[in-house]
Amino acid sequence: MTMQVEHELHHRRKGRNFGVGLLLVAFVGLIFGLTVVKTLNLGDIVDLERADRAFQPAETGTGADQ
Amino acid sequence: MTDASMTDAPFAGRPEAGIGDYFALLKPRVMTLVVFTALVGLVVAPVPVHPFLGFVVVLCIAVGGGASGALNMWWDADIDAIMRRTRNRPIPSGKTTPGDALALGLALSGFSVVVLFLAAGPLAAGLLAFTIFFYAVIYTMWLKRSTPQNIVIGGAAGAFPPMIGWAAATGDIAIESVLMFALTFMWTPPHFWALALFVKSDYGDAGVPMLTETHGRRSTRRHILAYTVLLVPVALGLGFTSIGGPIYLAVAAVLNLQFLAGAWQLFRRDETAAEADGYAAEKKVFKISLGYLFLHFGALLIEAALRPWGGSWQILSALFGA
Repeated sequence: MTMQVEHELHHRRKGRNFGVGLLLVAFVGLIFGLTVVKTLNLGDIVDLERADRAFQPAETGTGADQ
Repeated sequence: MTDASMTDAPFAGRPEAGIGDYFALLKPRVMTLVVFTALVGLVVAPVPVHPFLGFVVVLCIAVGGGASGALNMWWDADIDAIMRRTRNRPIPSGKTTPGDALALGLALSGFSVVVLFLAAGPLAAGLLAFTIFFYAVIYTMWLKRSTPQNIVIGGAAGAFPPMIGWAAATGDIAIESVLMFALTFMWTPPHFWALALFVKSDYGDAGVPMLTETHGRRSTRRHILAYTVLLVPVALGLGFTSIGGPIYLAVAAVLNLQFLAGAWQLFRRDETAAEADGYAAEKKVFKISLGYLFLHFGALLIEAALRPWGGSWQILSALFGA
């Protein structure tokens, strides 16, 4: 005998589960986007580091020698 | 075993909320004001923000505001069941349990503060955490049921979003953000008290002290005038900061004159006169107050939009050859 449980509540649960699923996907997208934007902004720091080394080349050299 | 027993028995007694019921716990209508003022605070700040970061910041502020709404509904479920206006909210109507609201409120509070910290740094996240704490604990749990100045205190929580938006962009608090906070803060009491004068509320039945009931309608009219008078310098003062300009000042001058004239009219008349014309003046002041905040923040947005062309002062002087 096949048991079929049909209730309005199942539809509501389905909707809720679907909604939670969408929210989780959106959350993953949010964190991913945030990571991408923050990482791209690191370009400024790399430039800054390069400029800093260009201005102080001796300091790095001295450190390596010692 | 009958079909009926198979389908209904396991579900009896426990509410099963849909996703819309959880969304209703976040007070979406209040959220619109929060989103708009937070967005203005973010956009008018002198430091440009990456559009995606801006989106995340506004989202976090909206979710944080929604979380405090859910915590408010959890704590106030007893009085929400008594008042007509709130009787259909998810908890009193039996769609969600108080535990659901508490869990949602706490989870979203944590989520919004942590993500805002990652997106915009400690100051914006700290301000958002304080706003949630202020609304849920200081206002809802402590002062709402103990003082008729509850509207003033609750207004402070609603005034923080532009300050958080500004802090997210600049990492700082400035006179501009403090004045944007003060504008919303000073606007809230006359806005709500004008409404309280013509809408018969049942706050008294729920044990919430409202100024109209504890101090009388005469005193409420005096309070409306006093707060409107205090609001005017705040609104005009904002126009002379770095985010103001002639467009904002023109809008502010007209709106404040209207609001002040309305508050003065409310102060001058008594209940007999108000009842005679069906509270026409009170309704008019409430209507003015609805547009008041939206237009002030809208004018700030226009001033910010004109900044790439040198700002509205420069555009006006170029147009009129000054």
